[in-house]
Amino acid sequence: MSGSLDAYLILSGLLFSIGTFGFLARRNAISMLMSIELMLNSVNLAIVAFGAFTPALQGVASVIALMVIAVAAAEATVGLSIVIAIFRNRRTPLVDEYDSLRQ
Amino acid sequence: MPIPDSVPILGIGWNDVLFIVFAGTMLGAGLLVVTMRDIIRCGLAMIVCFGALAGLYVLLGAPLVAAAQVLIYIGAISVLILFAIMLTQSKSAPVRLVFQTQAVPAAIASIVLAIVIALAVGATDWGAVVGPLHTATDDLARLLFDDYVLPFEVVSVLLLAAVVGGVFLAKRDGHSEDEAV
Repeated sequence: MSGSLDAYLILSGLLFSIGTFGFLARRNAISMLMSIELMLNSVNLAIVAFGAFTPALQGVASVIALMVIAVAAAEATVGLSIVIAIFRNRRTPLVDEYDSLRQ
Repeated sequence: MPIPDSVPILGIGWNDVLFIVFAGTMLGAGLLVVTMRDIIRCGLAMIVCFGALAGLYVLLGAPLVAAAQVLIYIGAISVLILFAIMLTQSKSAPVRLVFQTQAVPAAIASIVLAIVIALAVGATDWGAVVGPLHTATDDLARLLFDDYVLPFEVVSVLLLAAVVGGVFLAKRDGHSEDEAV
């Protein structure tokens, strides 16, 4: 089981689906950002799994995974500071109350 | 005392046992992240999920990626998210409703997505070889600082830009405090 690519890819797909559900269903903006982190991690797992089972990608997959981790860190920084800036104006972290364009 | 090749009672290899433990921990913690009511506990479950994922990276023969996962995700991003949670906790916000009104369609859509991914994985021949190939750290360093040194430097500039942008966005502006709604 730990020696087959399919198991890792299905695991990665399951984690991606969990992240998708969290992004679509949660009300809190920070919960949505955490769901995005879950999705990024699942994609990283798929990349590392491809690198571990495909000889042509052996070292390159780790390089790509490290780049993805760095870009995810940048994304988390900017996303969280946007959430904090919005919270300072609207006094709520819930995304369904950010409705001033609708009023 | 030598360790036997496979688990004595179950008859499966140690790597399979580790895979099942890490995968179960990761999926369970991921489900807790998206379903728990208290958002601080969601953040702590996310740390558990990232730790199990680092274990899976070790099983896949990529120890440097696992170390980076522990350092960056568990050490930095989780702390950042926990700080942001504590900055945005407000007593007045209704905490009873965790999910939006479209939670049931979202659940159906994500289950369908998981099924489609599983079917696509099963139907495709990936040309995979047997067993995880180990990535030696010095090979990875040679790739990272020789062939891929330009993306490496671009990522460092991107991180600098993100830090400056984050400080600028989250900075408390002295004038706009009064007109805040």
